[in-house]
Amino acid sequence: MTDPFDDLKRAFERSTPEPDVERRKANLARAQELFDRVQGAEAEQRRTDDRTNTWAGIEQGVRHMLNALTSRPVLAAAGVVAVVGLTALLVTATRNAAPPSSVVVADAGVAPELAVSPAGDPGPDRPAPAPADEHQAEPGIVQAEPPATSAREVIGARPALREATVSADGEASEVVVTEVSRPPEAPAPPGRAEQSFNTAIAALERQRESLRRQLEGLPGQGVDEASPREGEVRVAANALTVDRFSLLAASPSEPRASRVSNTEAFANEDASPVKVASEEPVSTFSIDVDTASYSVVRSSLTNGYLPAPESVRIEELVNYFPYAYPAPDEGGAPFRPTVTVSETPWNRDTLLMHIGIQGRRPATEDRPPLNLVFLVDTSGSMNQPNKLPLLVQSFRLMVGQLDPADEVAIVAYAGSAGRVLDPTPAGERGVILPALDRLHAGGSTAGAAGIQLAYRVARNMAAEGEVTRVILATDGDFNVGISDPDQLEGFIARQRDSGVYLSVLGFGRGNLDDATMQALAQNGNGQAAYIDTLAEAQKVLVDQLSGTLFPIANDVKIQVEFNPATVAEYRLIGYETRGLRREDFNNDRVDAGEIGAGHSVTAIYEVTPVGSPAVLHDALRYAGRAAEPPVAAESRAGSRELAFLRLRYKEPGEATSELIELPIARDIGQAVTDQRFAAAVAGFGQLLRESAYTGDWTWSDAIALAVANTGDDRFGYRREAVTLMRLAESLAEAE
Amino acid sequence: MPGADRDLARAAAEGDREAFAALLHLHYDRIFRLCFRLTGRREEAEDLTQDICLALPAKLKSFRGQARVTTWLYRIAVNAAHDRRRRDSSRTKAAEGWGDWEVNRRATARDTAAGLDWLQQSMGALPSDLRDTVALTVDGEMTHAEAAEVLGVSEGTVSWRLSEVRKRLRAMWQEETGR
Repeated sequence: MTDPFDDLKRAFERSTPEPDVERRKANLARAQELFDRVQGAEAEQRRTDDRTNTWAGIEQGVRHMLNALTSRPVLAAAGVVAVVGLTALLVTATRNAAPPSSVVVADAGVAPELAVSPAGDPGPDRPAPAPADEHQAEPGIVQAEPPATSAREVIGARPALREATVSADGEASEVVVTEVSRPPEAPAPPGRAEQSFNTAIAALERQRESLRRQLEGLPGQGVDEASPREGEVRVAANALTVDRFSLLAASPSEPRASRVSNTEAFANEDASPVKVASEEPVSTFSIDVDTASYSVVRSSLTNGYLPAPESVRIEELVNYFPYAYPAPDEGGAPFRPTVTVSETPWNRDTLLMHIGIQGRRPATEDRPPLNLVFLVDTSGSMNQPNKLPLLVQSFRLMVGQLDPADEVAIVAYAGSAGRVLDPTPAGERGVILPALDRLHAGGSTAGAAGIQLAYRVARNMAAEGEVTRVILATDGDFNVGISDPDQLEGFIARQRDSGVYLSVLGFGRGNLDDATMQALAQNGNGQAAYIDTLAEAQKVLVDQLSGTLFPIANDVKIQVEFNPATVAEYRLIGYETRGLRREDFNNDRVDAGEIGAGHSVTAIYEVTPVGSPAVLHDALRYAGRAAEPPVAAESRAGSRELAFLRLRYKEPGEATSELIELPIARDIGQAVTDQRFAAAVAGFGQLLRESAYTGDWTWSDAIALAVANTGDDRFGYRREAVTLMRLAESLAEAE
Repeated sequence: MPGADRDLARAAAEGDREAFAALLHLHYDRIFRLCFRLTGRREEAEDLTQDICLALPAKLKSFRGQARVTTWLYRIAVNAAHDRRRRDSSRTKAAEGWGDWEVNRRATARDTAAGLDWLQQSMGALPSDLRDTVALTVDGEMTHAEAAEVLGVSEGTVSWRLSEVRKRLRAMWQEETGR
């Protein structure tokens, strides 16, 4: 056999075109012109000057940056830095009436404090990036030093936008270089690079903190004006979450993940401190139905390391699990809160106040069952973090949203060709998820009759009154068995008549053939979508999946007012990234989380009753009596009440919110299985976060509590969680 | 010629405009060909070459004479290609759900000349890091060590990647002929 590399070489020799003469001339002239300008202007160029010129386009650039971010899942650290930069930019951009100086410092300070090598050629002591990541980690071309100045000079036409991108990309890239840059075969001891990375992280953390304080402390800002900005910062945090998630979705094949996970620190906040009820009786936050953090934790643990404490968002762990809280009454509010108060597992002197919110079950309970055939491209080119691993993760999400009556089959083409999973009820996650995990990219795109097989399987699954759909997931190697595109379209068009729908999902870029995708989907009575991040997958595969998930309430906010007469201290467990200001609660313009049909959301407070030995704060010597309004509290009906719960939400499509109120008495309700399991998960999360509040409560205690409360666990989520807890325990002991 | 190249680049870095012009004239076609190998599309290669030309004046300062000029240039080219890929992937997004996918390159996807097909297919089946390594080495101008320097990886990694490319191409070939 001839060396295939020689074939490639000959093909290149034959096919490489000559450059266009006209463009060559124009490019040379343009370059020369720029050269002259750079040489002439160099002396007086200063980056501060440049900065002030570019405010106008920054917000635009920020959006651009966010987009760029979500498309580069591996760059967790890029997300981190970009978010810091973004915060600074937003504050300044929206406050340009005020002197921006202090904020500029925060932004500009990133570069010097990073203490990383300059762009351009690698210095002799700059470590070589690891194979899989170097293309993301390399500084982009627009990053010249000093980045802002020369990049702007080069780009000319779109100065501001490009500069914003540059400062995010450039700095971030450099951080990543320091972080992931060790060759995989040489696990070097923590050296200078790591130290400087840590220094950089610490610096960024400080800046982030100071920005946050600035945001909070902006004087004279009306709520209306201030809140969109906070919202945007939160958007940034969300974008980061996605990044991080997709990063870890890709981690099974990435031995460096443990180090990469260090860069996740910024997606979280410090744990909420214990608050004194008499000083700060009101706690306000937005609900959060995300479950991303749980998947992060899971992928970390199953890959053999403890997740970075910062990567654990406890509310997302708790909310990962479905709970059977009492459903709302027909015709009433779309959801119903259920509050219980019981002893804290990790502290006998405090109480857990557990707020469970159950969304109305979908009115589409009688929707037709779905038959889904995943037709998955497993050719070698899918072997990239944002392709097959993201695809598998996306389908995992989707499977979690299916009804037990739905059926799923998986057909792979190329590599591990053929039927990977026979039609299986969607409830059998224990069968479906491992089958997804078994998909491995490798080999060429085979001539296997992938699409014919998929349709055959689909037709066999189809039944009267059911919806049957083939979901083709590919990065663009469309060799699915019929190579002639027209013939392929014709085939699919014929299949459409059999009632089978086709959806096409594109993953990754490079050889994504969107034209064919589109053509196929149109001919197949279906839709095409491109999945670049898990958020997109969530949106396409979960939120919009044949309307199974109608939002039933928007902007759901929770406010709890504690009664200082009965509660000495309280602490919200998790939701650190979801905090709202007290006044935001009644402000309908402040965004908050959504609840979908059938969703349940859980929030847990640890409450220290007055007189409990667990009270952490000493009474104030001077303010004690003045700050104590027990008489007023006592005189109201609520003398026995621990707290008062207020919920705000909007009906979908409405602009004004509704209010639900509920007094919480000590004996309002006792925890049952669901609440206890949630408490076990919350405790587990705190252990992972190395919380100071769990005392000598151990992993074993968490496991025991969880095991005792798995309930009927139809989908096996809770048993999986117990497995993860055991893993965490072993890993913690091994450390 | 490396010595002469280097002198040109140094002179250009110090502000000599004739040297810069000469340097660019000398290397333009080579850069373009590399860009084609990196992208696989003529139009893309033209655009990428333009990006590089326009970035070079600012990049010159990073030339410190420790590397061959081609190594330095190729590194800029590879970075530019990555940058472009990144921008492309952020530019095109499915906006709302399934239906809104933009058909923007329908024509270009179809007009690949027959001779390009096999090449497109083979290169397309490789992950981008392997592709880049092929692009740098396939014309025989760069040693593995130089390619390694351009890519910022070890020489061993480049050799490993190329053997991986061979392996995959062979598997592809077998797959095609075996059926």
